[in-house]
Amino acid sequence: MTTPDNWRPTASLQALRERAQLYTAIRQFFAERDVLEVDTPVLSHGTVTDVFIDGFSTNFAYSDSGHNETLYLQTSPEFALKRLLASYQTSIYQLSKVFRHEGFGRLHNPEFTMLEWYRVGLDHHALMDEISDLLKALIGAQQTERMTYQQAFQKHLNLDPLSDSTQRIAQVFNDCKIDLSDEYPIDHDGMLQLLFSYEIEPRIGQHYPCFIYDYPASQSSLAKINSDDPRVADRFELYFKGTELANGFHELQDAAEQRKRFEHDNRLRRTFRFEEKPLDERFLGALEAGIPACAGVAMGIDRILMLKHGYTHIEQVLAFPVTRA
Amino acid sequence: MANFSTNEFKAGLKIMLDGEPCNILENEYVKPGKGQAFNRVKIRKLISGKVLEKTFRSGESVEGADVMDTELAYLYTDGEFYHFMNNETFEQIAADEKAVGENVKWLVENDVCTITLWNGAPITVSPPNFVELEITETDPGLKGDTAGTGGKPATLSTGAVVRVPLFVQTGEVIKVDTRTGEYVSRVQK
Repeated sequence: MTTPDNWRPTASLQALRERAQLYTAIRQFFAERDVLEVDTPVLSHGTVTDVFIDGFSTNFAYSDSGHNETLYLQTSPEFALKRLLASYQTSIYQLSKVFRHEGFGRLHNPEFTMLEWYRVGLDHHALMDEISDLLKALIGAQQTERMTYQQAFQKHLNLDPLSDSTQRIAQVFNDCKIDLSDEYPIDHDGMLQLLFSYEIEPRIGQHYPCFIYDYPASQSSLAKINSDDPRVADRFELYFKGTELANGFHELQDAAEQRKRFEHDNRLRRTFRFEEKPLDERFLGALEAGIPACAGVAMGIDRILMLKHGYTHIEQVLAFPVTRA
Repeated sequence: MANFSTNEFKAGLKIMLDGEPCNILENEYVKPGKGQAFNRVKIRKLISGKVLEKTFRSGESVEGADVMDTELAYLYTDGEFYHFMNNETFEQIAADEKAVGENVKWLVENDVCTITLWNGAPITVSPPNFVELEITETDPGLKGDTAGTGGKPATLSTGAVVRVPLFVQTGEVIKVDTRTGEYVSRVQK
């Protein structure tokens, strides 16, 4: 990527204006709904244990502890926002940069802009309603669709992701002729995720943004387990035109359960030979003190910009993507 | 040959797969928010010509293929090998029937072809996009016909058969698009 021109931005002046306008529209939307904009640290002692999310880290040599400390760039402001929720019990949002130690691609830059918000007293379905309102305001989407994770697999692959055996999933996987390199380790959830990416994502949300909800409990992350069907979690994702736009939860409030999930993540990390991550005790402390019943969601704003204005590569909406940063 | 990480994948990169040199046609980095990262890659196998899709774990390394394209002029065939020459160094290379394949019907003496070499040996021979060949046999056409009405088959000096307009006659030289095998125009001798 080293060319004499690589000091130049990859986004046009028009795209920079479009980003500024989008930020204004987002702030106006939340101001009208009395959701408070907050600012939490980008650099933190805590990080996530998610098996397939890695944060950048750096060494802090000036700690008041006298020891060198590892600080992580946030992969999402979730833990900090929940600490605010535990203290102030009020709906909040943050519009900021997040960082993930990942590759660069058409839809990916390791540094990107995330809009994350928490609504006290709402469940994930009420939050999906609010997201629909936001999409109408931001990208003019006149409606949205909803489908459960199970319905999506049944409709497009004739597979039940909640009750079919791993063997049956493997059979459908082979029928779809997904050819993995020998080094690709794949398990039950890994196969479901690849089937979703290859076979379902291109077929949903083509006309209107589509929410997929009731994810398998094994992919619950920080969501509550559903009170009627313990096989699923109160988690949703949002897809539009083949692009993943958002991930949301009816938030888990149980500190002990959250700790168990973190420890489970670390066990999985070991099986993949990934580094284990320290648990964010400040976040767990906030859960122990108690966060209000709430729903929250994180949305990729660079992708919203791409969809709104018809850009095909993320670098068209970034002043300087990582290749030129 | 060096190894390439999936991070270096891009269209045109040559890698080894199942013991065969391949050309990457498309590479997409895929990373569901909470899921595993992978590279979904469309590949053309350079010997068999087969196009296939493969999924790599992101960060994985694969062996590069020592593949290069070179521009060489076609000289002649001795019946077994097809001989080509570098017009600048006068170095000659012989390609076998397998490397030439179907393109044998587009080989015209002194035309510059693209020869793909793997570890220095020719694996494919691509003719120029347009070649000029003489018609050795075609039915006499109907009078008054103009190009564009179905046409008729014509056999060329190399054995290639293309559809030509009815007014084109045996003994004439025509220009053919080798990528589609279609007649382009007559050539004034």
